Amino acid sequence: MASPKTSTLPQRSVYLEPFAAWPRATDSAWCPALRQSGLEHFEQAGLPTTQDEDWRFTPLTPFTRLPFRPLLNPPALLPSLEQLDHLTFGRQDGPRLVFVDGHLAPALSRVGELPEGVFLAGLSECARPGGEPLPAELGQYVPPTDSAFAALNAAYFTDGVILRVPPETAIQTPIRLVHITTAPEAGSAAHLRHFIQVGRGSQLTVIGMCVSLTGAAHVTNLVTELAVEEGARLEWVSFQDENPAAVHLATLGGTFGKSSQAWLHSFALGSRLSRTNIRTHLGGPGLECVLNGLYLTRNQQLADHHMIVEHAAPHCASHEYFNGILDDRSRGVFHGRILVRQAAQKTDAKQTNKNILLSDEAQVNTKPQLEIYADDVKCTHGATIGQLDEDCIFYLRARGLGLESARQLLIHAFAGEIIERVQHESVREELDHLIRQRLEQNPHLHVEGSPEHV
Amino acid sequence: MSDIILEICNLHASVENKPILKGVDLVLRAGEVHAIMGPNGSGKSTLSAVLAGREEYQVTAGQIRYGGKDLLEMAPEERAREGLFLAFQYPVEIPGVNSAYFLKAALNEIRKHRGQPQLDAMEFLTLVKEKMKLLDLREDFLKRPVNESFSGGEKKRNEIVQMAVLEPRLAVLDETDSGLDIDALKVVSAGVNRLKLPTTAQLVITHYQRLLNYIVPDFVHVLSDGRIVRSGGKELAHELEARGYEWLLKTELQPA
Repeated sequence: MASPKTSTLPQRSVYLEPFAAWPRATDSAWCPALRQSGLEHFEQAGLPTTQDEDWRFTPLTPFTRLPFRPLLNPPALLPSLEQLDHLTFGRQDGPRLVFVDGHLAPALSRVGELPEGVFLAGLSECARPGGEPLPAELGQYVPPTDSAFAALNAAYFTDGVILRVPPETAIQTPIRLVHITTAPEAGSAAHLRHFIQVGRGSQLTVIGMCVSLTGAAHVTNLVTELAVEEGARLEWVSFQDENPAAVHLATLGGTFGKSSQAWLHSFALGSRLSRTNIRTHLGGPGLECVLNGLYLTRNQQLADHHMIVEHAAPHCASHEYFNGILDDRSRGVFHGRILVRQAAQKTDAKQTNKNILLSDEAQVNTKPQLEIYADDVKCTHGATIGQLDEDCIFYLRARGLGLESARQLLIHAFAGEIIERVQHESVREELDHLIRQRLEQNPHLHVEGSPEHV
Repeated sequence: MSDIILEICNLHASVENKPILKGVDLVLRAGEVHAIMGPNGSGKSTLSAVLAGREEYQVTAGQIRYGGKDLLEMAPEERAREGLFLAFQYPVEIPGVNSAYFLKAALNEIRKHRGQPQLDAMEFLTLVKEKMKLLDLREDFLKRPVNESFSGGEKKRNEIVQMAVLEPRLAVLDETDSGLDIDALKVVSAGVNRLKLPTTAQLVITHYQRLLNYIVPDFVHVLSDGRIVRSGGKELAHELEARGYEWLLKTELQPA
């Protein structure tokens, strides 16, 4: 099935060559088997095209037209601490690990005081002679087979975090993983892989944020593997605000134990192309897993969320809430697959995807996919695509609010439905403030001429 | 004679090019309560929509003066800031917009327009809680999104709470009685009556006479096929209740 589209793809070898010359590829401290398997899977499968069902609405051109320059060495120059302060969440207290161009920057990071037994370190620190061996679980929750990008990540990951929280330990302050790209060359690609384990009955909030300190069309390929044990509570906040030329590829995969609670948030604001894969394996009874996302796109941006929620145990609840606000010629893609195994009786799975289009040219493709093998389950899904509700606007104006204020209030409320699910108060407030500002800057929410008279 | 608040002259209005109002004349003075009654399809809701400024209703002839100004030249928000209030027949639910935040923003827009200082959160809460008590509405409504998961009766009471907070010069109540049980009707009417002042006017639009037992009008007008076909005192409402619209419409058709 050779089509013009596939024939214009770069040769697979482009993505394989840097590996051959990289000493770490065979370094026994750096999971050579996982790397090799990643490389082989990529070699076999290659990059997906829009002929692949899972990539039907997401052309990879912004990625394939770039050269492939994996960032295998740390940058010569680090950003300053002041630059970090000005980033979103820059002033939050607590531990933070800062990765610059795919490598941990200890000078910018601080672990601070953590409860006894908590292990937090960069992979690069562990892989040093005499360091902690890398977790055997790497590659287990996001295997190279998940996608071409998970495979590339397995081959090329240069760093990441290992975070293990022992049983019955609550960490109140969010732990921040800050990913910054500074590389000035187009196609510079950072590959990071995190492993986070939340022990039985423990509690953890993690922010994973990605930003650019470069205008170049760089690539972030981020894999996060989660193991949430019985009765644990995890809140994961992904915040992606990279430059409008960037390509962001993220895969979050996790397994969740009995009676655990997880909130996995994805805020996609930046990048020319972003694809977020979320795979959750609900493996213990009575757990609750919330996937909650917001994408704001404009110009030529495309934001794609691709979820697979696997119910493998009875009495579990999964809720997916994704709202999109799309402007100009931008595009949103939502794909939510819910797989209910035969054992997963009394499953309660809910999925909603709502979109507001601020321009006639913006476009959304939304696709629910239910696959149910148990007979006593409740699964619902719904999707909407539309403009701001005219009746609501009129109601607000009839109470004295100007047209512009009314539109702002409604659009902010729409984003607020997602933001308010963030459990951690200071994180929620900062997101709320930032997103309100972004929306207020949007020229399409302003009224032409005088704001008062229309 | 006291000041004229609203003056409607020969108003014609259409929806989707279908004429609905065909020459309405009406004058409301300060201190007066007027009731507009009429069968379904007579144009009652169109009249309230035109007064509030809904864009899908086209005024094809006539004029409306409000407080001496040309009402039809004003955007809906300007009308509200000038003290015109429409209690909606079907208040819309606005997901995600907190009731307290919304009402405070509305009140402060109106206060700004009047040259009054803005209320801060504490001052606003004190004011709104007092008004809610009068309408028998629980305080936790303030924390909920506007009208979301409110019952029909709660939505109507919420409209009157808003009216009490915004203190309009002209209140238009569009079928406020629909969907209310008798107890709720009494509470809502008492709330509306308390807002009657020598300087304000109320226009009560209703299908049934029932509401007018509690909100007693000074004048009753009967709207039929887009025109006011009969005006009178409050006894006209009782007569309609006893004899039905059919009686009136029949007698109107035959010249006296």
